[in-house]
Amino acid sequence: MGSLMLTKRMALVGDALGHVALPGMGLALLLGLDVSFGAFIFLLLGIFLIWLFEIKTSLPMEALVGVIFVASLAIGFLIVPEPELLEALFGDISKVSFEMTLISAVFSILIFLVINRIYPKMILAHISEDLAKSQGIKIKKQNFIYLFFIALIVALGVKIVGSLLVGALVIIPAATARNLSKNLKEYSLGSAVLGVLSSLLGGLLFKLAGFPAGPMIILVATLFFLISLIFKR
Amino acid sequence: MIFRQGIVLKVKNLNVDLGKERILENLSFEVKEGEVLTILGPNGAGKTVLLKTLLGILPYKGKIEWMPKIRIGYVPQRLPFIKDIPLSVEEFFELKNVSEKEIKDILKSIGLEKDILGKKIGDLSSGQFQRILVGWALASNPRVLLFDEPMTGIDIGGQESIYEFLAKLKKERDLTILLVTHDLSIVYKLATDCLCLNKKMLCYSIPKDLTTERLSQLYGGEIKFYQHNHE
Repeated sequence: MGSLMLTKRMALVGDALGHVALPGMGLALLLGLDVSFGAFIFLLLGIFLIWLFEIKTSLPMEALVGVIFVASLAIGFLIVPEPELLEALFGDISKVSFEMTLISAVFSILIFLVINRIYPKMILAHISEDLAKSQGIKIKKQNFIYLFFIALIVALGVKIVGSLLVGALVIIPAATARNLSKNLKEYSLGSAVLGVLSSLLGGLLFKLAGFPAGPMIILVATLFFLISLIFKR
Repeated sequence: MIFRQGIVLKVKNLNVDLGKERILENLSFEVKEGEVLTILGPNGAGKTVLLKTLLGILPYKGKIEWMPKIRIGYVPQRLPFIKDIPLSVEEFFELKNVSEKEIKDILKSIGLEKDILGKKIGDLSSGQFQRILVGWALASNPRVLLFDEPMTGIDIGGQESIYEFLAKLKKERDLTILLVTHDLSIVYKLATDCLCLNKKMLCYSIPKDLTTERLSQLYGGEIKFYQHNHE
């Protein structure tokens, strides 16, 4: 997903959507629900609005995302109870239950399979909408599926790294892979592998040294990125 | 409409509007099997729009009828975003689900070696890239090829001229070609018909009837072109 977002110049969309999730997380915390659930509902709403605005105006996507994201941040800040604010912003891996881990794993596999399927179509549509259309690809439909799954992945991610850092989790591994790859397979697979590796190592540092997991995961990912600069192709 | 033998495409009273502007007005023409129809006209005349409309990408009024079940290949003018992505030539073909064997055949047709498959699209020379674009359009074995000004001003590499390259492809693959071009030597050497376009259709004729007067009417002002041979 990260490699697609980077390709489509949507690097900051994950970031912005992390903020969009904030009011939902706040409500979920107030009501004692799972934060991912609350986040997902608000993300769907946010993405639907962005999609709608994009059809209604000719403003670039990033401007629309910008409007929605600052508004959400403002609402979120009002809604999230103060003791939980830190958790919502930076995530708290210790609050993730075993059941939730399983559910996340199932969703992740689902996301992987679907994205794998639409990947070539999305790439072709990015290269040329005309070529994609001449191949009978329904671009609007693909974009909608894609945005839906971005919402899902952000909702799963906010629990671990929080709403401020979730965008980084999607983008940094992709940027690293981009530096290292010479073809699409290396790029897409590399982003996924680096994302998993960063999460594992970050989680390990949390376990061993007691540092908060979210920031650790992002720092490990950033370290990989810095290393990739040395080997850049 | 009933298709007479050998008619590949029939266009009747075609009108295309983009936004509030009328881009194409009342176009009617026919393309027969094996023809090379060149589409000439100044910038903004609607040439690319015509190709895209024929492909079914843009909305239109009037009639466009292709021979039933005909396969069409399209070579776009340029693909500015393709160099953003680390994409190998082989992967570019895979985006269209082209089989390995077909890729091999295509490479032969477009005069490139197999080792190009592993190269990054961004690292190709512009000549190689143009050939790959043509090759991509040839995948799935189309009967008709739509070229949008594919190679003007670019050395496509090797000893071949563009004219020889297209002529060879046409013969080898039994193609009907619709070609947008500014290159009048292609018009005179390869085209069997030509269509002069400036929103309206200004002429529709065989190339040798394309006189200097017609061309200056099309492009405006005084231009001169002498029919001559490049060998």
